[in-house]
Amino acid sequence: MADDVKPQNDLKSELTRQNFDDRKFTINFGPQHPAAHGVLRLVLDLDGEIVERVDPHIGLLHRGTEKLMEYRTYLQNIPYFDRLDYVAPMNQEHAFCLAIEKLLGVDVPKRAQLIRVLFSEIGRVLNHLLNITTQAMDVGALTPPLWGFEEREKLMVFYERACGARLHANYFRPGGVHQDLTPELIDDIEQWCKEFPRALNDIESLVTENRIFKQRNVDIGVVSVQEAFDWGFSGVMIRGSGVEWDLRKSQPYECYDELDFDIVIGKNGDCWDRYLCRVEEMRVSVSLMQQCIDKLRVTPGEVLSTDHKITPPRRAEMKNSMEALIHHFKLYTEGFKTPEGEVYACVEAPKGEFGVYLVSDGTNKPYKCKIRAPGFAHLQAMDWMNRGHMLADVSAILGSLDIVFGEVDR
Amino acid sequence: MSLDKLNNLAERARADFKDGVLDVTFAYGELTLMVERERIIEIMTKLKDGEYYRFHQLIDLTGVDYPKRDLRFDVVYHLLSLTQNLRIRVKVMTDEVVPVASLRDVYPNADWYEREAFDMYGILFANHPDLRRLLTDYGFEGHPLRKDFPMTGHVEVRYDEAQKRVVYEPVKLVQEFRKFDFMSPWEGASYVLPGDEKASS
Repeated sequence: MADDVKPQNDLKSELTRQNFDDRKFTINFGPQHPAAHGVLRLVLDLDGEIVERVDPHIGLLHRGTEKLMEYRTYLQNIPYFDRLDYVAPMNQEHAFCLAIEKLLGVDVPKRAQLIRVLFSEIGRVLNHLLNITTQAMDVGALTPPLWGFEEREKLMVFYERACGARLHANYFRPGGVHQDLTPELIDDIEQWCKEFPRALNDIESLVTENRIFKQRNVDIGVVSVQEAFDWGFSGVMIRGSGVEWDLRKSQPYECYDELDFDIVIGKNGDCWDRYLCRVEEMRVSVSLMQQCIDKLRVTPGEVLSTDHKITPPRRAEMKNSMEALIHHFKLYTEGFKTPEGEVYACVEAPKGEFGVYLVSDGTNKPYKCKIRAPGFAHLQAMDWMNRGHMLADVSAILGSLDIVFGEVDR
Repeated sequence: MSLDKLNNLAERARADFKDGVLDVTFAYGELTLMVERERIIEIMTKLKDGEYYRFHQLIDLTGVDYPKRDLRFDVVYHLLSLTQNLRIRVKVMTDEVVPVASLRDVYPNADWYEREAFDMYGILFANHPDLRRLLTDYGFEGHPLRKDFPMTGHVEVRYDEAQKRVVYEPVKLVQEFRKFDFMSPWEGASYVLPGDEKASS
């Protein structure tokens, strides 16, 4: 009898010796989880339902963009930027074009600047619509994404009418944009600007004051100002904590300094504030789009720099000008060369500061191109933001960080 | 406006760090400080907290590979000051074996950036708490962003029906990656042009 009991006692003493605690366990969140927003694998150390440590494993969508770019000409590299944050493609292209323009010292025609700003703001609305509605889905609501995606689809049609592709635009070029907008397209965008606030109000009526949504988001994932500084936050993540910082205002690029808009800031730095910031930013974006449209109507002219060492000549010109033909051939085989040097250019992308650090060795390809993605800095904060929260809050916090893996993994 | 500010800043940094600043460059309206590797922690702490600098944020950290140099890597830090609305770039040089001190304690977000630089270039960071690979596959070998690493990589994966798992195999290219030579024959080639072999004899 005593012999039978003995092994059990041994096991028990063995467990106590190892400090084994049956409340503590480690789980895998993702890589295939609807709330992981793509391919994120989180290793969560839990104490009961309390999160003690988060170890994000990223890189499941790593495509080696930066390596590939070193082997391609500048013009061939632009499409890679659509594939980073595929929710707002043109904003990424914008940063790359700004970097090239800084190296080359090209001026962008006024009309092209307005088109760029117009589509950057469309990108912002695209991104925020996706983010706030999927954040609502992460905490249990199903209708908001359906309503939000309807509006997104309309915006993607504008993308398509401008450049021929719904997602991978390749529309911004060094020196301007690829093609001019048709007057009908401008009219339709204006019409959309008039209708959208109503649709946004509808979505808001579902989400903003919803009891469950507030229970899941208010006071969750609070970021203090100091933490936002220390962890290199930008965009809504820093504005949600009450810091008035927006690159469109503080370091204006294109024609943002001529447009009238306010910076939206939050107060408490929790998930709900960040959601409110995003909603409000969409309203600001619509107003910016309206201003651009008004200006576009009275600003005729080129949309691409006329320096044909950098920008291709128009097709019609190539039919009777030998020089134009040569320029076209050289640009699409060899591409243009940039002077030696290094630049850092950034834009206020919907998710935060999206930067491109470009090192040129004077050839037609970048020597090194580092992509500074806002999502990378934000995802890094998952560990300390989640500590002490419940397991269910992980997806709420992840949703409010606004992560897209295209840009985090590159 | 900001150029004047950067100028003052560069003067100030020279005075504060003396020999620590190896080189100051202005280009394209941006300021780059090349600093001494051994003093990086001291310099960065000062840049972050110093009354005059206040670069609160580490925006980016990356490596650049120059295989022909003795110290082949540049580690490039981008800093941003929100109060002064200024950006600077700080650089240090290192090679494959000499570690750079980790900035984890100065800027907490250096953590992942340093892991990424280690993953991509094999740059070592001393006193980093957790210097694991970040972006590449589990069990990956090599450092993909080094210039001597081929663009196509060394291995490719496929699902093996017999073994019922993903297997790694050496890369087999159906076609070589096409690398065009855009050198203009009028600007002087560094090699003998096809057909010119007998020209000098």
